[in-house]
Amino acid sequence: MSVAVENIPGQFDDLDQSLESQMTLSMGPQHPSTHGVLRLELKLDGELVVKAIPDIGYLHTGMEKLFEYKKYQQGIVITDRMDYLNPLGNNLAYVMAAEKLLDLEIPERAQTIRVLFCELQRIASHMVWLGTSALDLGAMSVFFFCFRQREKILNLIEAASGGRMTPSYFRIGGLMMDLPAGFERRCQQFIEGFPEALDTFETLATGNTIWQSRTQGVGVISREEAIDWGLTGPCLRASNVDLDLRRDNPYSGYETYDFDVPVETDGDVWARYRVRMRELYESHKIIRQALARLKPGPIKADAPKVVLPDRDDMRKHMDSLIHHFLIVAEGFSIPEGEVYHAIEGSKGELGVYMKSDGTPKPSRVHVRGPSFINLQALPVMSEGEMIADVVAIIGSLDIVLGEIDR
Amino acid sequence: MSIITDVIQSTVAVIKGMRRTLAEIPREKWTVQYPDDPITVQPRYRGMHLLHVDENGKEKCVACYLCAAACPSDCIYIEAEDDPRPYEQRVGRDERFAKVYNIDYNRCIFCGFCVEACPKDAITHGYNFEISVYNRSDLLKTKNDLLITKQKQSKNYRVALSSEDVDSEYKEV
Ligand code: SF4
Ligand code: SF4
Repeated sequence: MSVAVENIPGQFDDLDQSLESQMTLSMGPQHPSTHGVLRLELKLDGELVVKAIPDIGYLHTGMEKLFEYKKYQQGIVITDRMDYLNPLGNNLAYVMAAEKLLDLEIPERAQTIRVLFCELQRIASHMVWLGTSALDLGAMSVFFFCFRQREKILNLIEAASGGRMTPSYFRIGGLMMDLPAGFERRCQQFIEGFPEALDTFETLATGNTIWQSRTQGVGVISREEAIDWGLTGPCLRASNVDLDLRRDNPYSGYETYDFDVPVETDGDVWARYRVRMRELYESHKIIRQALARLKPGPIKADAPKVVLPDRDDMRKHMDSLIHHFLIVAEGFSIPEGEVYHAIEGSKGELGVYMKSDGTPKPSRVHVRGPSFINLQALPVMSEGEMIADVVAIIGSLDIVLGEIDR
Repeated sequence: MSIITDVIQSTVAVIKGMRRTLAEIPREKWTVQYPDDPITVQPRYRGMHLLHVDENGKEKCVACYLCAAACPSDCIYIEAEDDPRPYEQRVGRDERFAKVYNIDYNRCIFCGFCVEACPKDAITHGYNFEISVYNRSDLLKTKNDLLITKQKQSKNYRVALSSEDVDSEYKEV
């Protein structure tokens, strides 16, 4: 092996041979506008970005490996911590993958509640995106308005599950508990107040010339490139690709809801902003429909070997108690096989690949995190842009580092 | 020329934005002056745990290890013991009881799986979330810290998990 060291091509090769006028700048990992601990290696020519290389892994916690040491039901708590702005979406992707392997039939009410919460969570996630990306571009008050709406949603999630950021509300085969009394009323209050908040955002951001000139024509990615880089979610739809898994590969009864999929054509920061803003209206519509069709009924599938029995049932009946003991202590095994289930998370296609070897613990779980794949397009989007626009582009990608590093 | 229009348009945008922002001043506030003012949590909030007792003050836990088995972060440590004395003299409601019951709050993630697993309703979450300490070893809570009889006066106190409790509206901490 006599390859001279200088002949080994390296990732940072061309960074070392910089021109006179070029410099390399390390942005992050503690930079507030990188939304977590993302580090960008920026090669600059004056203020222009020649190359941007994302450097990830600062938050790596080995979650995918951890799944293999936890029983199926215990894995749910790990999913909460991946995309911590969309925990219920993660819960749903994970439990639905397991349900697919088990071939479980989920009762109507549980499915409606799942849709309701996923859409609430989507709004909450978009609120954080809007607030933080507006903050990055200097619009301070949007942030507070967004977080107020998010607070209301977190209160709803807390009321149902007991947790705010880490609800773990969905279970394999159903839900953790039924909704608390008075939930419908409080949710109704939220959806009645929400259009006014949307109005505020439109006034503060959409109609604002400063906002428009900061976002229009910045960070363009063409339709072909967006498809090549595997973008999903709002980032893809902003580049004129009409793909939404809720409509095109429906799950949990999404096919029965009436909603539109917003698509924009320009592929710039503004288009991504518009897609997400319009999604807020659609999510609002879905929540309204879901709330209207909530009917009393069971919230757990009829599978005594997989789903924990009702608490009252468990206290009264010996066989329920035995099932309860077995599920908690031993876990349940899932028939051998592998499955991939994808849902439309708030950031794109959120897929869970699960491989079972017939034991109570999965033999492999892989998560296709949309943030991770969307981030790959950052170099394409930011080359040739000003350094200040990189901040706008990162904001428009809506990344969560917990999901990227896992 | 275009610079002048730019400046005018930007000023209009700032004024419009400020009008919306200033209009918020007389409206209802969502911020809480924590820690001077208390925070409200929802009835199902998952805070620090409580170990419950029955109406005669006898511990409900039967040391069945189900909570420890359900715990995803392996933070519950139990040592079981039998107490053959009559009901009036022993500490537990049943003969079998937990001599040692520790929860390591360095590891606990407040997921509620232990509460869901307990067949005797012996463990529930309380409302306390202010559990920061100066020394990590102080986060290892023993049965003595967790028993509801020891927490009656604390912020963590709440009645046993029952339907009224869960469905009631807000809880002041
Ligand atoms: S709340 Fe979760 S992590 Fe904490 S002791 Fe209970 S099961 Fe374990
Ligand atoms: S707290 Fe409940 S689950 Fe845990 S050992 Fe005691 S009785 Fe069993």
